[in-house]
Amino acid sequence: MRHLFALAARSAWNRRLTLGMTLVAVLLSVTMLLGVERIRHDARSGFAHSVSGTDLIVGARTSPVQLMLYAVFRLGEATNNMRWQSYLDLAANPAVAWAVPLSLGDSHRGFPVLGTSAAYFEHFRYGDEHPLRFTAGVPFAGVFDAVLGAEVAHQLGYRLGDHIVLAHGIGGVLGAEHQDKPFVITGILAPTGTPVDRTVHIGLAAMEAIHLDWAGGAPLPGFAIPPQYVQKFDLTPKEITAVLVGLKSRAGVFKMQRFIADYRNEALLAVLPGVALTQLWQVMGMVEQALLAVSAMVVAVGLAGLVAVVLAGLNERRRELAILRSVGARPLDVFVLLTLEGLFVTVLGCVLGVALLAALAAVVGPQIQAHYGIEVLPRFVSVDELRLLAAVVGVGLLASLVPGYRAYKLSLADGLTPRL
Amino acid sequence: MASAVIHIEQLLFRWTAGGALCLDIPAFAVAPGERIFLYGPSGSGKSTLLGLLGGVLQPERGSLRLLDIELTELSAAARDRFRADHVGFLFQQFNLIPYLSVIDNVLLPCRFSKRRLQRALSGGNSMRAEAARLLDHLDLDAGLRARPVTQLSVGQQQRVAAARALIGRPEIVIADEPTSALDAERQTAFLDLLARECGDAGSTLVFVSHDHRLAAGFSREIALPDINRVRGDAS
Repeated sequence: MRHLFALAARSAWNRRLTLGMTLVAVLLSVTMLLGVERIRHDARSGFAHSVSGTDLIVGARTSPVQLMLYAVFRLGEATNNMRWQSYLDLAANPAVAWAVPLSLGDSHRGFPVLGTSAAYFEHFRYGDEHPLRFTAGVPFAGVFDAVLGAEVAHQLGYRLGDHIVLAHGIGGVLGAEHQDKPFVITGILAPTGTPVDRTVHIGLAAMEAIHLDWAGGAPLPGFAIPPQYVQKFDLTPKEITAVLVGLKSRAGVFKMQRFIADYRNEALLAVLPGVALTQLWQVMGMVEQALLAVSAMVVAVGLAGLVAVVLAGLNERRRELAILRSVGARPLDVFVLLTLEGLFVTVLGCVLGVALLAALAAVVGPQIQAHYGIEVLPRFVSVDELRLLAAVVGVGLLASLVPGYRAYKLSLADGLTPRL
Repeated sequence: MASAVIHIEQLLFRWTAGGALCLDIPAFAVAPGERIFLYGPSGSGKSTLLGLLGGVLQPERGSLRLLDIELTELSAAARDRFRADHVGFLFQQFNLIPYLSVIDNVLLPCRFSKRRLQRALSGGNSMRAEAARLLDHLDLDAGLRARPVTQLSVGQQQRVAAARALIGRPEIVIADEPTSALDAERQTAFLDLLARECGDAGSTLVFVSHDHRLAAGFSREIALPDINRVRGDAS
C-alpha cells in the first residue's frame, strides 16, 4: 500500500499544472465554506452578545422580539411608550440594582438617536461583559451634549466639539429638523461591534428640550423656544421607550419578570435578553442556512472539476496503467492509485484552505476589529469546522471513486496491451 | 531436465462467448533456460497469447501451466501475484513510467513483488545498487540515470525496460517486439545484451516478433501460425 501512495503522489506531481488548478478551485471553495461558517458563527455570537449584563429589558407590552428589535437594535419604532412613572417605580424596587431609561424616535443622518441617562455609560455591557469605552471625550453633561458611536463618528467624520443637528423621526422627513437646537459632540465611543456603534446618544432632558416647541411631529407655528431658555422648563420626560434593568441578584429574574407583567398601572413587558436574542436569531436562521448551502454548492463544483480533470487525464494514461499491470499491479491497485490521487487533492485543498483562512483572519482580522469591533480571532479550526472539513474529505473520497472505478474497468479490459 | 517452464495443452480462447475462436493451441512447451523466438505476424493472436501468459486473460478451455502452476486454477489476484513474482515483461516501446526516475522504473517489480525484491537483494547488493548493476551490464551510462526517462533515446529506454524485466531474476522474460523501434545495428546489439543477461539471470526468454531476421541468435524458433490452429486475422 505504501508504494501506491508514493506512486500516486509522484503521478500527481507529474501533472501538477492541471491538478494544481483544480487544487486552487478546491482550496478556494474550502476557504469560502469555512469562511462562511466562521462569519456565521461570529455573527451569531456577536449578535447574542449585542447586550450583556442586562437582566431584563422592559417596555410597553408588545412581542418580545419586537421589543428587542427597537430597544437593542434600534430597528423599527415602538408602537407604544411606557410612562415615566413606571420607570420610577421600577427603579425604586428593592430588587433592582440599576435601571437605565431609553428613549428613541429621532435620528441624525440615518443614525438612530438614543435619549438616555449618564448611567447608560456605566451599566451597559456587551460581548463578554465589556463596558463601553470612550476613545475621546466624556459622557454628556450639558443638555445639548451628544456622545457618538464609533461608526457614526467614523462615517460622518465628526470630531469632538463639532456641532450636529438632529432630525425628527427616523425617516428624516425634509425640513423636520431640530435646527434651532444644535448639539455639541462631547464624547466618541470605541467600536463594540454592536448597534451602539451606530447610535447618537443624548440625555433624556435633551430629548425633552428639542420637542418642547413641537406638537404632533411638527414645530408649532409662531412658537419657538431658544436653547438658552429650555432650562426654565421642566425637562423631566413624560414617556420613555424602554428600560434596561440590572438586578441585585440574578436569581430573582423570573420573579421580577412576573412582577413587571403584573404591574397594575400600565401593561408592561419584561424580556430576558438572551432568550429574546435566540428567538430573533431563529428568524434569521434561513439566511445563514442559505449562505451555507451556497458555499456547499461551491465545494461541490470544485470537486466535480477535480473528478473531470482526473477522468480526462485517464485516457492518456492507459499505457502507464498497462505498464503497472505488467509489473504485477492488480486492477484493485490501479483503482486505489487513481482514487488516492483525487483524495490527495481534496485533503491538500482542505489543509491549504484552512491555512488561507487563518492567514486572511490574521491580516484582515485586526482591521475588522478596529472598524467594526467584531472579534475575528485567528483561532484554530473549531469542532464545527472540523466536521465540515471531514464532510468535504468524505465527499471528495466518494467523488474520487469515480475515476478510480473507471481506471479499474479500463485496466481490466486493456490488460497488458492498451487498445488505443 | 526439469519440467517445462511453459506448458500449454488443448488451449482454446475466444474474446466473446460464442464468438470466433482466437487461439486453438494443441500443444506448446518451453524448457528452462531456452531462448525462444516466437514468430508472430500481426493477426496471429500474438497479443492474446501474451495476455494469457501474463495471466490477465483466461482461456475458455485447456491447460496453461507456468513453472508447474496451473494458471487456469488461480484467482485473478493470484495470477497478478504470479506475474509479479515470476514474469518480466518488455514491450515494443513507451515501456517506462514518465514520472519515475530511471532507477525507480527499474525497481517497479520489487515494489509489487516481495519475491523479486528478495531475489534482487540476494546478491548482497542494495536494491538500488542491483538496479545500477543491471543498467551497467546493459550498457546504460551512469550519467544517464539521473535524467528524466522522457529524455532518453528509444534505445536507452528499452535498456532501462530490459533491466526492469530482469531485476529480481524472474524465471520467465517475455519480450514483445522490443527492438521494433531500433535501427538494425542497435537491434542486434540489444538482442545480444538481452540474451546474455537472461542467461546470467537464469531466465527463460520468450521473444515475440514478426521479423524473421532477428531469429538468428535464438536456441529455437517457433511460428505462432504453426502452433495455433485458428487461421486468419484473429486479433
